[in-house]
Parts: sequence; structure tokens; C-alpha cells
Amino acid sequence: MNVLGKILALGALSVVAACTNNDPSALGGSGAGGSGSIVAGSPSDPRSPAYFQQTVGDRVLFAVDQSTLSPQAQTVLQGQAEWLLANPDYVATIEGHADEQGTREYNLALGARRANAAREYLISRGVAGNRLTTVSFGKERPIEICSTEDCYSKNRRAVTVLTGSTLG
Amino acid sequence: MMKLLTSLFLGLTLVSAPVYAQNSPLRLEIDEGIIEPMPFAVPNFVPDGPAATQFANDISRVVAADLTGTGLFREISSDAFISRVSSFDAPVQFADWKAINAQALVTGAVNVSGKRLTVRFRVWDVFSGQELGNGLQLAGTTDGWRRMAHKVADQVYSRITGEGAYFDSRVAFVSESGPKDQRLKRLAIMDYDGANVQYMTDSAAIVLAPRFSPTGEQLLYTSYESGSPRIYILDVGRVQRRELRTQDGTMSFSPRFSPDGRSIVYSLIQGGNTDLWRMDLASGQSTRLTNTPAIETAPSYSPDGSQIVFESDRSGTPQLYVMAANGGEATRISFGQGRYGTPVWSPRGDLIAFTKQNKGRFHIGVMRTDGSEERLLTSSFLDEGPTWSPNGRVIMFTRETQGASGRATLYSVDISGRNLRPVRTPDGGSDPSWGPLQN
Repeated sequence: MNVLGKILALGALSVVAACTNNDPSALGGSGAGGSGSIVAGSPSDPRSPAYFQQTVGDRVLFAVDQSTLSPQAQTVLQGQAEWLLANPDYVATIEGHADEQGTREYNLALGARRANAAREYLISRGVAGNRLTTVSFGKERPIEICSTEDCYSKNRRAVTVLTGSTLG
Repeated sequence: MMKLLTSLFLGLTLVSAPVYAQNSPLRLEIDEGIIEPMPFAVPNFVPDGPAATQFANDISRVVAADLTGTGLFREISSDAFISRVSSFDAPVQFADWKAINAQALVTGAVNVSGKRLTVRFRVWDVFSGQELGNGLQLAGTTDGWRRMAHKVADQVYSRITGEGAYFDSRVAFVSESGPKDQRLKRLAIMDYDGANVQYMTDSAAIVLAPRFSPTGEQLLYTSYESGSPRIYILDVGRVQRRELRTQDGTMSFSPRFSPDGRSIVYSLIQGGNTDLWRMDLASGQSTRLTNTPAIETAPSYSPDGSQIVFESDRSGTPQLYVMAANGGEATRISFGQGRYGTPVWSPRGDLIAFTKQNKGRFHIGVMRTDGSEERLLTSSFLDEGPTWSPNGRVIMFTRETQGASGRATLYSVDISGRNLRPVRTPDGGSDPSWGPLQN
């Protein structure tokens, strides 16, 4: 779980880095050519949830107490929107999280703000609202468990989880 | 003696015993730092037969532990006793108890016949040689022996201090196990001292923040069993729960009963925004109480039900506000440095307990209901979620330690800020809710 979380977080960061440097065409994910070498469902399959998680980037990070989207976060969400538009059979739940600095109640409300900020952005990029639900976990499900800003910064997140597809 | 200890509660120093003996006027010094607990003795209650021996010993030990646990009393070890109490009705040898400086003495007798348990006890003011109040007899079943011990201790505590009792009460909490990123949470209820833990849910779904009803018969709590946070009400006796339905597509959490138990106030999240609502339990109808783009959460009623204190970040940071129970304009009451949350009105109505976050530390504090006279009682990496003892003298809360191995533990502290102590639970514990004194 923790290792996976780290891999996912690294995936998100590398996408951010790639996007800010240049604009790889892979980001769109819509090149659904499906050439022979791609294993369906693997991270190399642009239509797979694994590709969405690792290559597009399934999460955005927030500053302390904030729910505003940074330019990097907007870039990731732009990629998510394009992927969701190209893969209309998927619906998604956006999970909002907070770090442990703060009361349980406030963090639950803060996580909801973050999830909603991500959802609103996706809707503004054309994804139908009825494909996107939100849930807040507050500080209940950190992915990093140290008590330093290094961990906190990764826990303040909104994660877009693909929850269904008629394609299975 | 009553006057003296009442004063002690207010933060006054107990005068040394000889002053008593000489019948001099009491001299009281105001000194928050040095509080001398009152020495007392609880010789093992007298069993009326072999079947009662273990109960007599155990009940005496729980009575002593209850009193010692307040930080206001100090037990004198039986090693120091000069007198033995071998008959409940024999005259007390006050000189023997004075000699070891026991100011209060509790004597008792235990009778067991079948499953029936009877406890008789008396409380003595050793230096005046008087009985404090009248002897009492309690009857129950042997499996309820701890409760009977708590009831004895409640009587002793109330007679000596003049304060309301709280030992025969229960606490609902969240039992926690496993690492921080995969923590398992179960709803549980225990005696106030950590004994008799009963689990109310399994750990399949995250559960948060149980809240006792005024009678202690029901619990409100938040569960993720549907996949998103929703409020449930649990019948404690039958361990049966049902969801309190709010509007579709919303999340709800942070519920709390009104003092009459007929309605609840809670937080509802719509479109990412958290506001306060009230639900009438009989009809299931909800009414909106706040309507701002800010986060409004952690509501708590005043004991008379006329007002609600809550947390809002409408000013930019989380602060405490008070409004009428039916909503409307709110008055900010917290103005110190830092962030304030989880306000809880004391059962006496005079104070509001809260969580404060300032300069990287967390505190449990109390303030008057207008926000004045703020006092911080604790300080740690993470303290949060205060709940009041039934008599408004003690606060229980969650303390979480930092780092990868961080763990949540319940703690209690006197409202004077003294007597900070962990409450033993089988696993980790968080989100305590202190129920009413039991009948």
C-alpha cells in the first residue's frame, strides 16, 4: 500500500515535471491507436486505468490549508479531463485528503473542498458532472506516515479514482 | 471538611492536618502550583463470608482507584494501618486513623448470596470523628460489582467535595489499531476508567466521533460504510444502527444531540462546502442553520439548548462562534493566537472546551462562553476533541504521537490543568464521548 502510494506519487510528480518542461503528446492519452506491442490494461495501454494513474497522473497536491489548484495541479487535471473525454465509459470518484495537522472535523471539510476543486476543474474542461462524484477522507487515510512537511505535502491531495467502466 | 475541599477545587491549597486537629480557623493559600491531595484510607470492605471476600477486596480497590485518579485524594497504604476493621458496625477507632493522618475514611461491608451482591458503606471525617452523610446500602448482581464500586466512590467524592459525581459513567470512543495509513477503527464503549470495553461495530469501515445521547441510550457517529461519510444512530442496548438520511449526493458528519435528545445538529457537505444543519429525529426533517462559503463544523449545544457553539473559518482561519440554536447571526468568541476547533459546551454551562493549534503545537483549553479567560490545559504534538465528565470537572481527549509509529491514546485532565493521565484501552483510542452518570 505504502510502496504503491510512493510509486503513484512519483508518477504524478514526473508528469508534473514533464508537463512544465514541454508538452508531450502522450499527455492527451487520446492516441488510441492500440498498436500490437501494447498489453491491454497495462500502464502502456493509454486506455487503461493503470495508464491514467501512472502516466496521466491521478492526483494533485495542495498547499497547507488550501484548496486552490496550483498551475501544476491544473496541468494534471487537464490531462485527466482529456483522458476521461477520450474514455467516456469510465466514471470517477475524487477523494479529497488532508494532512494530520488539524482537527478531524476541519480536515474532513477541507478534504471535501479539495475534492470539489478538482471536480469543478474537470467539469470546466468538459467532463460531464454526472461522471464525477467526490468523497472526503479528511486525515483518515494518509499515504505517507511521517510527521514532516515532506510527508504532509503528499498527503494534502485529491485523487481521481476510476470507479467504473462498462468495458470492465 | 466540605468547605475546605470545595475550596481546593477552586485552586486553593489544602492546609496541613494539624490545623484541623487543633480546630484552628482554616488558613487557605491561593497557590495553583502546590495542591496537596487529601489523605484517605479505604480498609478492605468486610466480607460476610468466603463468597464475598474477592468482591470485598476488588470493590475496595476500585473505590480507592476512583478517588486517587482524581488527583485530589491520596490513598494511605494499608501497610500503615494501625486499626483493622473487622466489623462494619464496630466503633471506628478514630485515634488510630488520625495517627496515620487519614483525613477521610471509607468503611464498608459486602454480602454475596447467589448472584446477589449487597454493599454497605460509611464515610468518616476522621478529625472531627463524625460520619459524613449517612451510611448507604447498594444492591445489585455480582457481575455489576464494578458499577457498585463506582457508585460508592461517587458518594464519597460528592460528600467530601460537594461536587457532582462522575465515576459511574461510560465513555464511547473509537478503538484504533494498525499503522497510520491503514488504521482500523471500531466503535466501542467502556466504563469511564477503561474497564469493560464493548465493541459496537467491526472494523470494516472507518468510524468517527461517537456522541452519546443525553440518556446514554443512543450514540450518533459517522461511518464510511456506504463509501462516504454519513451519520448513523446506534441503539446501545441492542447494538442496532440505522443511517440518518440527509440529502442525496451529500456527505454528513460531526453530529451531536440537542440536550432534549429530540434533534441533532450536524455538518452537511454540498458541492464541497460544509454548513450546519439541524435534524428533527422524529420526522427526519432537516433545517439549514448556516449558509456561508466557509467551513462550519463541530457544533455543540449549550446545556439549555438555546445556543450552539461551533467552528468556522469564515474569518480566514478556524475560530469559534456562538449562535442561536435556530441559526442566524453568529458571534465570534475566540480571539487568541492560532486556530480553534471542536468547541464543546460544559454540562455546567459555564465553560467551553476546545482544541487550539498554535505554532505547531496542539492544546486542549477552556474559556468562558463569551471567550474570556482562556486557559490552555495541555500541550503536545496533537491533542484534540475534548469531552466533558458529567460533573464538568474533567476533560477527556485524544492525544496522538507523531511519526510513522504515531498512535492515538485517550487522556484525561482536570479543568485546573492538573492530573493529566492516560486512560487505558486495549488498543489505541480516539474521539471520546463521555456519557451521563448512570442511574
